[in-house]
Amino acid sequence: MSDTDTSPSLSASLASLQSAIEPYLPLGRSGLMPALHAAQQIYGWISEPVATEIAKSLRVPLADVHGVIEFYSMFYNEPMGKKFVRVCTDQACALKGADGLLNHLCAHHEIKPGQTTPDGGTTIEASPCLGLCEQAPAILYGDEAETNVNLKSGLYELGRPRSIVGGSLRMLTVNCGNGSTTSLKEYGEYAALKKAREMKREDVINEVKASGLVGRGGAAFPMGVKWEGTSKAEGSPKYVICNADESEPGTFKDRILLLDDPHRIIEGMTIAAYAIGASKGFIYIRGEYPYIVPVLENALDEARGAGYLTEDFDIEIRVGAGAYICGEETALFESIEGKRGFPRVKPPFPTTFGVFGKPTAINNVETLCNVPLIVSMGAAEYRKIGTEKSPGPKLFCVSGDVTRPGVYEVPFGVTLRELLDMAGGVADKKNLGAVLFGGAAGAFATSAHLDVKLTFEDLRAAGLPLGSGVVMVFDETRDMRDAFARLGHFFAHESCGKCYPCQMGTQRQMEILNRVAAGETLEGDLARLQDVGWTMTDASLCGLGQTAASAVLSAIKLWPEMFDGSGKKQVAKKVIRTKARSGKKIVAKKSKPKVKAGKKPSKKAVVKKSARKTTRR
Amino acid sequence: MDGQPISVEQGATILKAAQQNGIDIPTICWHAATTSNALCRICVVEVEGQRLLQPACIVKVAQDMKVQTKSERVKRARRTILEMLASTMDLSDAPAILTMMEEYGASAGRFPHAERRESEIKDDNPMYIRDYSKCLLCWRCVQVCADDAQYVNAINFNGRGFETQIGTFFDKTIPETTCVLCGQCVGVCPTGALKPKREYLLEQGMSPSEISVMNTGRKQRKAK
Repeated sequence: MSDTDTSPSLSASLASLQSAIEPYLPLGRSGLMPALHAAQQIYGWISEPVATEIAKSLRVPLADVHGVIEFYSMFYNEPMGKKFVRVCTDQACALKGADGLLNHLCAHHEIKPGQTTPDGGTTIEASPCLGLCEQAPAILYGDEAETNVNLKSGLYELGRPRSIVGGSLRMLTVNCGNGSTTSLKEYGEYAALKKAREMKREDVINEVKASGLVGRGGAAFPMGVKWEGTSKAEGSPKYVICNADESEPGTFKDRILLLDDPHRIIEGMTIAAYAIGASKGFIYIRGEYPYIVPVLENALDEARGAGYLTEDFDIEIRVGAGAYICGEETALFESIEGKRGFPRVKPPFPTTFGVFGKPTAINNVETLCNVPLIVSMGAAEYRKIGTEKSPGPKLFCVSGDVTRPGVYEVPFGVTLRELLDMAGGVADKKNLGAVLFGGAAGAFATSAHLDVKLTFEDLRAAGLPLGSGVVMVFDETRDMRDAFARLGHFFAHESCGKCYPCQMGTQRQMEILNRVAAGETLEGDLARLQDVGWTMTDASLCGLGQTAASAVLSAIKLWPEMFDGSGKKQVAKKVIRTKARSGKKIVAKKSKPKVKAGKKPSKKAVVKKSARKTTRR
Repeated sequence: MDGQPISVEQGATILKAAQQNGIDIPTICWHAATTSNALCRICVVEVEGQRLLQPACIVKVAQDMKVQTKSERVKRARRTILEMLASTMDLSDAPAILTMMEEYGASAGRFPHAERRESEIKDDNPMYIRDYSKCLLCWRCVQVCADDAQYVNAINFNGRGFETQIGTFFDKTIPETTCVLCGQCVGVCPTGALKPKREYLLEQGMSPSEISVMNTGRKQRKAK
């Protein structure tokens, strides 16, 4: 196609691509995501000749390569800035002034969000949740996390994000919050794996079943049942996948586990592999956590060196590229297979028809971290933690207007009030306004819910989903309409576009919520919102669409006056949109020198990593 | 189904069972010749014991299954999907959907100030035009271009979510792609988004002889 215009310099430059993608050639189409990442690493974007070369090398149709680049927010088919600044504008960061930060940075560079400076130096984008909510506002600066950005003082922290861990238990997080990754030497031998291997495979599965462990990613599916199904399913090879695509706004627990204690996850995966007879594992980590990838690679190398990962079972890392939907298990499979992250219709379920159509056990990071505990302690002992119907320890991601945001490990059964007390209560001695529970796909709670016990059964009775353990606090002064608009924007941005209810419903929902936020509701908007919401909930193909209206519908129940225009008019700022998917890049026309009075957080103000104190409570 | 006991062969979908028994379940993305992906969800029905509405085009019948094809929940979902479609795209060439809208009391103006998917007509090859303002993303064209029929893979998707559009590699014109002008995509398009060039020109008010002359002219130019 474009061979004819291949200039000598291009050929030379394609040579570096060819060597970079060589390891992925045996993977065929499954090598597409790694190859696109490698290409973008070299060139900063994926040009037509580069995409053509990748397509030819991996034997993927050109149009399909294009479709994949177009699907993922973090792949670009036009030149972008050398430096990439992604400012999180989702809820937790918004509460800490993310919009102001984004505007400030854009004004400094004289560009608008989504634009690149005329010299091609810097691109600034608004980003969906970066999973750094407890250190908001946060930026992903290239591959590095920039947290606690303070516009007034100009201070911020760059590099390995802190792991702020609290709570009344230290089981899952025993090795977390020390300011460094727990090496294999510090972690010690995989004692639980050793114990598991001395047991029969089905006994390991039975132990996990008896523990009552259910998935911690949001869907709360019994893990033992998953394992049993995969173990009994026909077909080989079998796969174990760790879902580290943590993308639910307000969720950051997995980031801490991955960064601080990777061996616990790897041990959990090796036990899973033994139990179900899997010969291959994947860790699928979201593209917004690039700084965790080398940490995981190093941990995998350590595990290989110690003989825990062998030819019989090894683990490969796959990195996402900005798509919340890829946390949905079947969309994640598609992504590993080198396709657009469209969720599949179920059944068939992953246990029988998972990645590459083979039986697959896919579990969330936190869920897998429970496995070594269960095997070491035994199910009976494990069940002493938590309540009868919700056994075990649980991590909660507390963020927003609390004194000490962070990950809190508690047994199931503490109340919301107790959890908030651990986090120092509502910040600045203000009163509680609302809590967003379970994430963007969750529901709003108020002070009336403070004494609800945090268990699956109590929360269900209260109409609150546990989700991924998000507890995002809004003080009484917050304008909730701004929160609704952000939720609306998030789902519109993240809908994959496959099924009609979600594809159009998230867009219509966003439009109405923008009107709500601007105090410009039209007659009938409440009914429209409910029709759209219930249609998405009832008729969408996957969990994203089915929960895209969950929080909004809960808000309508709590505060109907905010939606029908009868409440006081309050003009909230318009939510700044993240990259419009099909929109072409807009290059700022101005080429004036960028001397500005406003201060940008300067490099000098970087808090040295070594000087940083690790917070432990 | 809808209170009537029916019996069909094992493995049939709810949709097929309904069709065989004279019960109308509307469809949009479904096509006999393409793999069912359950995209449009217009065929959703209420199945007793299921929390969510089920797409009739792929869910298989089971012994003693109780199905409501026109419950209030079902009607709300269908009506809202149709209203959202009408607020998104140009349905003027999709009479079946317009009839469906009447049947479900769907109002074309339900969503005021709604962003529409609009784009210029792509007229880049002698065989067909592409008017994606009329595209409702049923995926049939992509499917027949790929594994459902032709294995040509000339088209795929641009963007995602609401901003999804059928597209070619780096937005190339059709002659620059792997397209072999087989016309299968045009054949399965339900909304006139893909249309034979001749039909399009006739609609533009050209007479058959004028179109014919155009072709002659082209041939003559080529001959020189």
